Amino acid sequence: MNEYQNIFTSVQLRGHPEYGIPLPAGDSERMGEPFFDHLMGRIGNAQIGPIYLGFLGSVSIAFGALAFVIIGLNMWASVDWNPIQFVRQLFWLALEPPPAKYGLKILPPLSEGGWWLIAGFFLTTSVLLWWLRMYRRARQLGMGTHVSWAFASAIFLFLSLGFIRPLLMGSWSEAVPFGIFPHLDWTAAFSIRYGNLYYNPFHCLSIVFLYGSVLLFAMHGATILAVSRYGGEREIEQITDRGTASERAALFWRWTMGFNATMESVHRWAWWFAVLTPLTGAIGILLTGTVVDNWYLWGMKHGIVAPLPDIFPGVVDPAISGGGQ
Amino acid sequence: MRLWIPFAVGAGSLLAIASFVGAGWDLPPVDATQIGYRGTGMYDFHDRENSAALKLANVVPEIPYEADPTGSRAKDVYENVQILGDLSEDQFNQFMASITEWVSPTEGCNYCHNPENLASDELYTKVVARRMIQMTQSVNSQWQPHVAQTGVTCYTCHRGNPVPANIWFKEKGPGGKGMAGYRANQNLASSLVGNTSLPEDGLQRYLLDAENIRVHSATALPTGENKAGIKDAEATWGLMIHMSESLGVGCVTCHNSRAFNDWDQSPPTRVKAWHGIRMVRSINNDYLQGLSPVFPDNRKGPEGDVFKADCATCHQGVQKPLYGVSMLKDYLDSLGKQTETAVPDYGAYKPGEAGPFRPAAGSQSSSTGAPQSDSQLAANQ
Repeated sequence: MNEYQNIFTSVQLRGHPEYGIPLPAGDSERMGEPFFDHLMGRIGNAQIGPIYLGFLGSVSIAFGALAFVIIGLNMWASVDWNPIQFVRQLFWLALEPPPAKYGLKILPPLSEGGWWLIAGFFLTTSVLLWWLRMYRRARQLGMGTHVSWAFASAIFLFLSLGFIRPLLMGSWSEAVPFGIFPHLDWTAAFSIRYGNLYYNPFHCLSIVFLYGSVLLFAMHGATILAVSRYGGEREIEQITDRGTASERAALFWRWTMGFNATMESVHRWAWWFAVLTPLTGAIGILLTGTVVDNWYLWGMKHGIVAPLPDIFPGVVDPAISGGGQ
Repeated sequence: MRLWIPFAVGAGSLLAIASFVGAGWDLPPVDATQIGYRGTGMYDFHDRENSAALKLANVVPEIPYEADPTGSRAKDVYENVQILGDLSEDQFNQFMASITEWVSPTEGCNYCHNPENLASDELYTKVVARRMIQMTQSVNSQWQPHVAQTGVTCYTCHRGNPVPANIWFKEKGPGGKGMAGYRANQNLASSLVGNTSLPEDGLQRYLLDAENIRVHSATALPTGENKAGIKDAEATWGLMIHMSESLGVGCVTCHNSRAFNDWDQSPPTRVKAWHGIRMVRSINNDYLQGLSPVFPDNRKGPEGDVFKADCATCHQGVQKPLYGVSMLKDYLDSLGKQTETAVPDYGAYKPGEAGPFRPAAGSQSSSTGAPQSDSQLAANQ
């Protein structure tokens, strides 16, 4: 029994490396001599490579690296090229978008956020090219394009935050800085400025899908691991048979909650939950400041804010009461 | 199979990482006091060990001796007594003994006085001290919405240091020198904003200049009137973190965090803080800035501006400075009321000249610190 209680994959295949199906004329070659790695085999497939980079992949990596370097050098410049401070304060450093006075100017001075636009442009180009590459690779393998569209959902959120919403607001200064802590500060400041994002129904939906994704992931992952002693990871060949790992997994949920997803539908559930997380989040972002300026007051208007008793009677805004100063 | 081994190793390494990155965490026990309606998460948290240390560090010194308020007046006994002339001779001497203990216990009387001629104004420190006494009188008489009857004395800020430990000055900081490295006055671990990456220029924008702190809109839907952007919200937040760190409290001490801007849900402490912000603004503009010509360069920041006050200058990690114990009650005659508000022309001060350095006859007070000035009104939004 104990041999099934594994944290790491216990079976690793060795043999002639798998090179994949032949590529059509015009495609570049897959790169690299494949090899086997025991440690990688513990968490995934032991075979590493070959990799298909192609034109889109290469250009995407080049643009991405350019953006990464621009952001990094600006961070370094912001501590006057001090290598110790660069490492020490790395999580604090960022490349900021230009100040509000420049509005949507295409290239504000480099010393005032111009680099942010350049880095953003390169990063966006890189991400979009990578999307195209994923789409084309899926097509070449005769697959559906589900991965691409899930990725597109994340890209939509990325672009909503850094491009579409700033366009709607008429200022790049509304966009997110490139930095670890600064982008988190931006997130909280965004919520504060616009009256508490928790009262934004699309933010609510996004959280539902995010937590739902986590729940589904845990349920599905646990179920498959729990039937791995019956070969549960070999899903497809078991779907229609009796007494298999697959049927036990289905029965488990039908017995415990009266309903079960199928081997196929559980992935549909997971895909939609994952895709809807950034999608609804992006809608919530795009509505903020453009359509709604104070989500708390919007929530009051629409009855989603729990009323509180007045436990601080007598507290009045000193600016309007004229009390004292 | 020994499953617990990898789990134990994992937990161990997580703890090791946490203790490294999370240095500065407080060990339990932490005391929580409910200050708002149930379910709103409004609690004041105080770590017991930190509180014990703070209690030790914030003890009010005893008065040196009881002073007799009767007898001849100081102005008749001593020369060049400009502010405290109406004290009795005994009160005046007691106050001088106290101020030495509060401000220059190591340096003694000679920090401000020429021992050969105590009346001389040749040391800049004496000119500054005189203005600071005026400031303290103004705080105690004009700013009771913030300091109440508890009031302040020199010790509230100085704590035995000639320069209070918690001060600030303009500092450009690194970055932004060439064409790269734009950081919009933020994104460094600044002690002015609790070592967060929030904008560090909040003190200048709100405690010196009277920029608008309020970023929220008063309507659910946009009207186009509120121009505050996310960067403004970050700067305001930086000021709030400064206040929070200075007082050793959290956001909810003054706000219901579900609607930071809503006064109806805010504890009365927020009104106190509102007056405090204006008080510090007045201290910086009406008192400290004016002394610029008097201070020598080693008492100025790298940009050449005088040291300025913020919330930590008095509070020093405690919500009520010195735990709300009033020192003022023993010094009401000297610091409890405004005695003389006239101000000399500080630009004309020459260190080394015995003086007396005093306001021109009949000169109007440049500012009494009364908080009705235009900058105050403009800041009322």
